[in-house]
Amino acid sequence: MAGYRLTYANVNRDILRTMEPPGKLWYILLAISIAFVALGGFAFATQVRYGMGVWGLTHPVMWAIDITNFVFWIGIAHSGTLISAILFLFRVRWRAPIYRTAEAVTVFALFTAALFPIIHLGRPWYFYWLLPYQQVGGLWINFRSPLVWDVFAVLTYMMVSIIFFFTGLVPDLAVVRDQAKGWRRRLYAFLAQGWQGTDRQWRHYTAAYLFLAALATPLVVSVHSVVSWDFAVSILPGWHSTIFAPYFVAGAIHSGLAMVIALLIPIRRIFRLDPYVTQTHLENLAKLIILTGLIVGYSYAVEFFIAWYSANTFEQGAFLYRVVGDYAWGSWIMIIFNAVVPLLFFVKKIRTSTPWLLGISLLINVGMWFERFIIIVTSLAHAYDPYTWGLYKPTWVDLSITAGSFAWFGMWFLLFAKFLPIVSIVEVKEQLPPPTKAEMTAGAPE
Amino acid sequence: MIGVVGHFDHYDRFLQAIRKFRESGYDNLRVASPVPHHEIDEALERRESPVRAFTLAFAILGTIAGLFLTINTAVSYPLITGGKPIVSMPPFLVIVFEMTIMVGAIGTLLGLLVNARVPRVLIGPAYHPRFSEDQFGLFVFCTPDQIESVSSIFREAGAVEVRHVEG
Repeated sequence: MAGYRLTYANVNRDILRTMEPPGKLWYILLAISIAFVALGGFAFATQVRYGMGVWGLTHPVMWAIDITNFVFWIGIAHSGTLISAILFLFRVRWRAPIYRTAEAVTVFALFTAALFPIIHLGRPWYFYWLLPYQQVGGLWINFRSPLVWDVFAVLTYMMVSIIFFFTGLVPDLAVVRDQAKGWRRRLYAFLAQGWQGTDRQWRHYTAAYLFLAALATPLVVSVHSVVSWDFAVSILPGWHSTIFAPYFVAGAIHSGLAMVIALLIPIRRIFRLDPYVTQTHLENLAKLIILTGLIVGYSYAVEFFIAWYSANTFEQGAFLYRVVGDYAWGSWIMIIFNAVVPLLFFVKKIRTSTPWLLGISLLINVGMWFERFIIIVTSLAHAYDPYTWGLYKPTWVDLSITAGSFAWFGMWFLLFAKFLPIVSIVEVKEQLPPPTKAEMTAGAPE
Repeated sequence: MIGVVGHFDHYDRFLQAIRKFRESGYDNLRVASPVPHHEIDEALERRESPVRAFTLAFAILGTIAGLFLTINTAVSYPLITGGKPIVSMPPFLVIVFEMTIMVGAIGTLLGLLVNARVPRVLIGPAYHPRFSEDQFGLFVFCTPDQIESVSSIFREAGAVEVRHVEG
């Protein structure tokens, strides 16, 4: 695609082409996703029918892959806000063609994450007990509980992400509206909310977008900090640690960036978006992964060092158990995939090769899932008194709901890829020099 | 509403046209463009958007609401847990922070909707689909007897299409 010149009209045509009626592959993938969502739904129905006993949860491991999935998906969400809000504030130009996909990842990952605390409640129909309202006898929710902080943090994050995502979409939806016909025109006209790109609209829009980015930036740091405090404010060895907030935030961005790379590579290929999403974009994401990978590796090292340095038997026991105990295989997956494998990106050949990028980003996702699993399960399984030790083994319900959550995310993403512009038309145009008469005259053939 | 719309292919000519109209005394201009540009606002001499005031006001409102919610509920049902004070600020600040961001973001969105006057149901005849693609549109409000002179300024400035709009 070398020499392909991007112009305003080209950008419209190329991005709108991604929204043409889908091919067979899309329907097959969507059918698979829906099938797995249905499996997850059936497992959830079984849980509602028979109670939490159908999960593999048992004393002492009462939090396992349900909370693993919750923390994992919240983490996946973080890179979207990093790319769309933080890089926006830093005026990073290369974010323009990839931020829409990253933001979609945020929104759909939050749709997925938000399911798990509710599924995990045991009696999910009482989820509204978590909301702040005056309950029987004048009692309110306990604002000192980290679980209540979680409700506020996740709801705020979801609301702000959706506002940010939709605000960014509106001018693009107007482009779609202007080019569409029939029912699609009516649908996008509704979604575009009468956007016309007037000077008044743009002036307030750019201001609002800037402030939304400025609000989302501290928010994203707070959300995974709050999630980490679910663990850190307890007194369980392996959880009770002051490093947890930055450690979780870095890990969240680590996994999220890997997810964005893993999704961008097929998108770029299938929709032939090479002139937009270039190798440089993927390489820049890989460089960010080096940074987050180093922070995550450092955090692992500090955890083990502090456990040794604390001279606390229980703390040392918890960390020794991680690397040589029943779940040692998981710990090694976590350490190697998250902290060692990303170092390969230091080699330019590897971070510019699509198969390596895809492979490593998938490994990081596996590694980050296991990080959450190991932190949650090993700490609970092996705390303090040997009398209370126990093991966790997932049942088909745990696994089906987990598979269903990945399919649920995939289903939303597939729908997004066909019904909304996956690359921001307006922001890509903003990066281009506007067409000028002076340039045309200068460049005209003699 | 009566006026003339000029379509421009070229951004530099479009900016020149805005300046020319302002020099000729036409101050009631409206622009539609595929992308935002600061130069357009500068040429039109528009004020800074007031959306930031909405963000600040609502964020402060969110802080107050968060403090009120946490402190008031704790005081109205005093239940000592773990020997800690009834009003425990460190955990409450988490809620206060989240409320600040949430209400601030809602306020920003409201500020956008109110100031940009969206959503709107009808799109006026001055709009053209090319304005979301690759053309810049300039709408000049004028009286019926000014239409001729406005149109000729447009043609001189290099507009590729000049339309007379009513309604």
